[in-house]
Amino acid sequence: MANDTLIKEEVELQDNSWEGGKPPFKVSYGKLMMWYFLLSDAFTFAGFLIAYGAIRFSSATWPIPDVVFSTVPFGLEEYFTFWGGHAPLLFVTFMSFLLIISSVTMVRAVQEGHRENKRGVVYWMFLTILGGLGFLGCQAWEWSNLIGKEHMTVTQNPFGTHTEGGTYLEGDGHHIHKGDTFRAGDGYLIHMDKKTHEFHKLAYKTESGEVKHQEMGPKAFGALFFFITGFHGFHVFSGVVFLIIIMINVMTGLYVKRKNGYEMVEKMGLYWHFVDLVWVFVFLVFYLL
Amino acid sequence: MGHHSYEESKKKVFMGMILLGVVTLIEVIFSLFGKGHLGWDPHSSGNVTIFGFSFNIIILIVALIIIALSLYKAYFIIFEFMHMKYEAKGLAWTVLLPTTLLIWAVIAFFQEGSEWNNSREQIKTYDERVIDEADAFSGERGETKLINENMMPKDKDE
Repeated sequence: MANDTLIKEEVELQDNSWEGGKPPFKVSYGKLMMWYFLLSDAFTFAGFLIAYGAIRFSSATWPIPDVVFSTVPFGLEEYFTFWGGHAPLLFVTFMSFLLIISSVTMVRAVQEGHRENKRGVVYWMFLTILGGLGFLGCQAWEWSNLIGKEHMTVTQNPFGTHTEGGTYLEGDGHHIHKGDTFRAGDGYLIHMDKKTHEFHKLAYKTESGEVKHQEMGPKAFGALFFFITGFHGFHVFSGVVFLIIIMINVMTGLYVKRKNGYEMVEKMGLYWHFVDLVWVFVFLVFYLL
Repeated sequence: MGHHSYEESKKKVFMGMILLGVVTLIEVIFSLFGKGHLGWDPHSSGNVTIFGFSFNIIILIVALIIIALSLYKAYFIIFEFMHMKYEAKGLAWTVLLPTTLLIWAVIAFFQEGSEWNNSREQIKTYDERVIDEADAFSGERGETKLINENMMPKDKDE
């Protein structure tokens, strides 16, 4: 008997789902709209990343990511002697871990919210904020290293790729020495002369005996890199700002009064995981492939 | 939520962190391997041509594995961390279905990109012709062809 009533109610619920009063997706308006905002944001990011792919396919050469992103703070890459003083992708891997960990602490904050545990929410949100700030700090270092030290900007890109094999006729005083050989597809960084402020394009002899000079890489790489990672970094930054505001709200006891299991923290969680999700693809497209 | 006890959920979240970390690490190792940083040089293997793109076979396989792992990470973040698994089916479909449009966007734009690459020579000849015709029309002959080494057309100085 009780079962029949239950089934009847369920059928009624389905029939009346367009008549208002009950949310058909069983979520609040705010949470649903957060999902749709994230969907639209996903399309924005997808547009940028697809543009990157299209321009990469349209270029005869493209900078090699593990050559471009082979530095770590404090010059620690010099200790990686087995990779010739480079630390390919290690720093961005660390950045990825930071974002993953901050995503996990956010899940914990949401869980504590469901239990109405105010102290727990504040604790885990605080750790999430630290993770976000850590990521932003790493990105700031990465950018300043690329712009200040390696002189890549939105309009110039000193990271090139050889299209044929050969031998260097001079060294650059960094990692390339006179007589070093290279093959087609090897990447290089053209260093800037400290006195003349001009790029020192090394001379090399091709396998057919021709003497040529290194060429700058495709400009679009710098513009796409700074624009897309900048757009992601801006999302992280806004996320940190919102996290701080909501954490303060939690501390004042605002969400206790709402008695909805800290739903605002949950909505913030969705946004924060989305930032991590976008990083999965930025990491894939810019660094791994 | 509400499908597991608190302790179970806590453990699940921790396991999720380990999983994402390990998958990321595997991706990086594959990427370094494909670039020849782990002692074996992929350049020694042959090339294949698919849809007009020439790929090194090993690098192609490595890239596909990395893409698959990234998609798995995305799935895990959406379904576990963002709780899509526990939402109403309708909600999940309205969010996930539109993203399938991106599959075509990727195919179309990458194809377009490689087409630009193939037609660069043609574009160069065309640009030279246009500049020649413009010169002839205005009655001036430029001292230099306004084409630089990179084959990119430059705006003519007024």
